[in-house]
Amino acid sequence: MKPRTKRAVAIVGGLAALGVAAALVLNAFQSNLVFFFTPTQVAKKEVPLDRNFRVGGLVEGGTVVRHKDALNVSFKITDGAESVPVTYTGILPDLFKEGKGVVAEGRVGTDGVFKASQVLAKHDENYMPPEAAEALKQAGHPMAKENFAGQGGGNPR
Amino acid sequence: MNWFYFSSPSTFYGLAGRLAPWFFVAAALLAAWGLYLGLLVAPTDAQQGEVYRVIFIHVPTAWMSMFLYFVMACYCGLSLVFNTRLSAMMARAIAPTGALMTFLALWTGAFWGRPTWGTYWVWDARLTSELVLLFLYFGYMALANAFEDPRRGDRAAALLALIGVVNLPIIYFSVQWWNTLHQGSSVSFKGTSMHVTMLTGMLVMSASAWMYAIGATLVRVRSVILERERRTAWVRSLGAA
Amino acid sequence: MTIWWKSWSDFWAMGGQAFFVWMSFGALLVAIVVEMLSLRLRRKRALDAIEEERDLETEN
Repeated sequence: MKPRTKRAVAIVGGLAALGVAAALVLNAFQSNLVFFFTPTQVAKKEVPLDRNFRVGGLVEGGTVVRHKDALNVSFKITDGAESVPVTYTGILPDLFKEGKGVVAEGRVGTDGVFKASQVLAKHDENYMPPEAAEALKQAGHPMAKENFAGQGGGNPR
Repeated sequence: MNWFYFSSPSTFYGLAGRLAPWFFVAAALLAAWGLYLGLLVAPTDAQQGEVYRVIFIHVPTAWMSMFLYFVMACYCGLSLVFNTRLSAMMARAIAPTGALMTFLALWTGAFWGRPTWGTYWVWDARLTSELVLLFLYFGYMALANAFEDPRRGDRAAALLALIGVVNLPIIYFSVQWWNTLHQGSSVSFKGTSMHVTMLTGMLVMSASAWMYAIGATLVRVRSVILERERRTAWVRSLGAA
Repeated sequence: MTIWWKSWSDFWAMGGQAFFVWMSFGALLVAIVVEMLSLRLRRKRALDAIEEERDLETEN
């Protein structure tokens, strides 16, 4: 390659990298900085009803119902103040548990039920062996509950 | 002691060559200790099971990806303000290792996210800003090599690197500022939420990553110095002997 | 400092999550090897370029 061609390729490459970075940033700012909405926001209708969005919170205890074929599941996502009923067909992540963090993507149907196309588990930043977790749980330590890192669940804004 | 003695490429070339092996030795010893703790001694995690062990690579590389960018940007600032040759060369030498750390953080994050979250990738603020960091490294490297005159490349790339510093607090605080799928920080200035062996393993691995990055940078900066100074008398006399 | 695992096969299985754990640790290994090779190559090229220039000079 001639030095001039080489330089041109490099400049185009650099600009392309910058362009991709800028596009990613803009894309993120546009719709993804709000990665999920809280159940309170859903209740207040502060969500885009005409397109898919995500709801995040904790899986409400005692609301998980697995239907006969086991792939159909319904549960409620709560943030302590409000809760959203969700139905989902598919394989749930291993960390999906009652009382633990969850983010579901989908849209609200006419019946008011959130029909999820994807369910992701959101785990907390605590790392400890099972015995320690059990001990904390028995002592009623808040660490066992505060698994939403101050985001969404538990403290609606 | 004359602090400027080693700021000349010709003297730093020798110093870097003498120091680099020691940093690699330190990195290897720390890695052996960290991997022993992380893979063999540390207990399983109550929530995630064994897969949490990815943390022993993920967090050290993610920290280094940001820290190396910061150091690179500092060298860029120095080279712009004082027009020092060596700082621009150091910035060039850091970039590939920084990009590698960023890539590893993203890669290990994907293979950690799949079994825990249920997905390899999401466009949340933490993951997206870390991906932007990778493109900033790529952009820096491309721009630095885009000019016939390397000094112009230095200046243009330094400007980009300095603008990109804005991304660092965005990465770090993204999990606090916005709703993200990524969890919050396990280690912060306020304390930690990690079991002691797990934490020790992670910090030892981070120290290892740090030593490795310094070693790799020192080796690379020697090549950068040779490339840039190949017409000088001192470089010519190197191989002739 | 007792070892967490009961056996080596236990260790390699990583509680059934071997794929994800070893894909991560394997990538680290590959990355280090690649960087070491690229550092060596870059140094060789730099030295070759110096050599080439010196040869050109002696020819003229």
